[in-house]
Amino acid sequence: MLEVSQLDTFYGKTQAMWGVSLSVDEKQIVSLVGANEAGKTTLLKTICGILRPASGSVTFLGSRIDGLTPHSIVELGVSYVPEGGKPFTEMTVRENLEMGAYPYQAWQHREERIEQVYQVFPYLKSREGQLASTLSGGERQMLAMGRSLMARPKLIMFDEPSYGLAPLMVKELFRFITTLNDQGITVLLVEQNVRHALEIADGAYVLENGRIVLEGKSSDLLQNDHIKKAYLGL
Amino acid sequence: MDRVKVISNRFFLPGLLLFILILLTTMPLFVQPYVVILLTTIIMYIILTLSWSIFSGPTRYISLASAAFFGVGVYVSAMLGQVLPLPVVIAVGGLVSLMLALFIGLLTLRLRGMYFIIFTFGVSELIRHFLLWWETNFTGTVGRWVVAVDHTTVYYVMLIIFMMALLAAYLVRRSKFGLALQSIGEYEEAAVHIGINVTILKTLTFALSAFFMGAAGAIMATRWTYIDPQIAFNPLFSFMPVLMAIFGGIGQLYGPVLGATIFALLEEVLTTEFPYYYMLLFGIILIAVILFLPGGLVGLIQRWRRGGLEG
Amino acid sequence: MRLLEGEKVTKNFGGLTAVHNVDFDINQGEIVGLIGPNGAGKTTLFNLISGALPATGGEIRYKDERITSLKPNKICKKGIARTFQLIKLFANMKVFENVFLASLFGVSTETNKSNAKKESEELLEFVGLSAVKTTAAKDLTLANQKRLEVARALATRPELLLLDELMAGLNPTEVAQAMELVTRIRDKGITVFMIEHVMKAIMSVCNRIMVLDHGVKIAEGTPGEITTNKKVIEVYLGED
Repeated sequence: MLEVSQLDTFYGKTQAMWGVSLSVDEKQIVSLVGANEAGKTTLLKTICGILRPASGSVTFLGSRIDGLTPHSIVELGVSYVPEGGKPFTEMTVRENLEMGAYPYQAWQHREERIEQVYQVFPYLKSREGQLASTLSGGERQMLAMGRSLMARPKLIMFDEPSYGLAPLMVKELFRFITTLNDQGITVLLVEQNVRHALEIADGAYVLENGRIVLEGKSSDLLQNDHIKKAYLGL
Repeated sequence: MDRVKVISNRFFLPGLLLFILILLTTMPLFVQPYVVILLTTIIMYIILTLSWSIFSGPTRYISLASAAFFGVGVYVSAMLGQVLPLPVVIAVGGLVSLMLALFIGLLTLRLRGMYFIIFTFGVSELIRHFLLWWETNFTGTVGRWVVAVDHTTVYYVMLIIFMMALLAAYLVRRSKFGLALQSIGEYEEAAVHIGINVTILKTLTFALSAFFMGAAGAIMATRWTYIDPQIAFNPLFSFMPVLMAIFGGIGQLYGPVLGATIFALLEEVLTTEFPYYYMLLFGIILIAVILFLPGGLVGLIQRWRRGGLEG
Repeated sequence: MRLLEGEKVTKNFGGLTAVHNVDFDINQGEIVGLIGPNGAGKTTLFNLISGALPATGGEIRYKDERITSLKPNKICKKGIARTFQLIKLFANMKVFENVFLASLFGVSTETNKSNAKKESEELLEFVGLSAVKTTAAKDLTLANQKRLEVARALATRPELLLLDELMAGLNPTEVAQAMELVTRIRDKGITVFMIEHVMKAIMSVCNRIMVLDHGVKIAEGTPGEITTNKKVIEVYLGED
């Protein structure tokens, strides 16, 4: 479904990614793990069009999307949940969800979709009329995830969704991602919580200093020595 | 390489400043009155911009109340000019302005961002309209006459106020309070949590900046001889310092000074050559600065210096 | 000795009750953990203690002195310092300047620039940031930014340090380093009250843990007691 090939991305004059390649097949969950400044967010931002690669290509469902504007990429079916959720703080919870359905097709069905999101996140329903700025960190994360569902994406990219979440919420989060995947949505997951990320994924990539250093089936990677030492603290 | 060496030489900068100071002090002796008057106007803008930047620069609270502080000084001069000697009038002008700033500060400094900007502008306009109303309904006459003072004296007084403002700006900047003001601009909530009394610091710095504006207003009034609320509290005196500071760059002390000097000269040239277009040209220059020179002239100079040292 | 005491502390935001009748006490020398689901009111409680928000009801006492509704700068000078969940550094200022300012303004005794400079450098050494002291705060890695927030708070010579999710976003190695830092802080004689989600850290470092849910305290006890508490498992930890 998603094919990233030999991507080089720069921040101004500084190179952040070197020849990064990865692929995500339809209906898969692929995890991308790595240290804090390894370039994971840079990669996601390049895929969804916020950053433009200096060289390399990004292909989605067979056609090139690198160079397209972010909103066109969203309309093609790619959703991005940024780190910390980044909700619209001056809007209410409900309004944030409505904004998720901005693409024309989604807008027609927004009422029923909001109800569906509430079924997954009943907590959001009870906070419906509240301003997003009054939500705590974890609540914002939930809101951002609900918002990402509104446009019925084919591929969702999560950037550190477990950041600052309570242990119970972390378990719920990964359960949620698995359920999402069961319903046919492809997932690209960037995570610090390596254990959970590898447990639910089909395949995984390890990014260090802007380069892919390891890749393969996540079950294999869980046994890998380097992973165990550097990321699982074992 | 030699150019760079000369500029980084320890004695170059103070030497240059001393030279400029001597030049400015002796100016009236060998130039035409027109030049002295022009210089006075330029120094007025420099004082406004520099004073404005003492507070608004580091804290990023963009004040549009400069016209209020300047205008108060003008009115003090008009009301007391006949009864008190000039130095006292100027000092009182500065002090009344300072007290007004303390008052406005207590009201508005609890507001953030846009609200502070608009509120300070509102207060300024309120004062202007109030005085207009008062003069129309109570005094019977709008406007006042001011005792005239010869242009050379006005020039020297302005020069002194400028020196004082520059010294104050320099001392604040170098002191721990300068650093604290910067931290307020960076993250006020964190600043207050490390023990900085932000309320008092903001209010006092705001008042300090108003003092020089008021003093400048008091002496400038004597040049205009006739003043009314429209002249004294002209909103342009609120906007121009901001634009000049953006143009000059806020990062360094010389930014507002440079920005005001060039802008004021530009205004002089443009009003004479293109009386109908000069505001338009101003606007275009400002847009160009915002798009291409976000750090103002200071940013440009810093980039040149860095490039020169590397290359 | 009882350092911090809270009695029926309450905070309402319009119709929403964020913190409701919460009692708590922190004794000198302890490391106390504060855990709870997202939105439980933990950071709000810290905001009430540090003076960032005024309490709607109840009382907070520090060394038997009423500090409810004092301004944050006054509370800081009394000896309570904090870090923030979302990093609030002076981004464009240098690492050294961030700490230096706190040394200058946050201490209750008279100090001068050279003392402050010395203390700042010692603190940067203590947290491990000496090498980057001239870097702008915004250019630091996440782990270093967290170190800087801690150093800045310590520069105000606190007796009580409030840490808000220090470990969020850190990888296992960095978490271990942070845990070690917290222990060293306690060894220096500073009492610690910390909000955390990283259970590993809480378990090994804390003497006591308080659990908040929907603004109400639902449990309190040793790490062992808390991890086996039914209610805590139900709302926070989940089955494992």
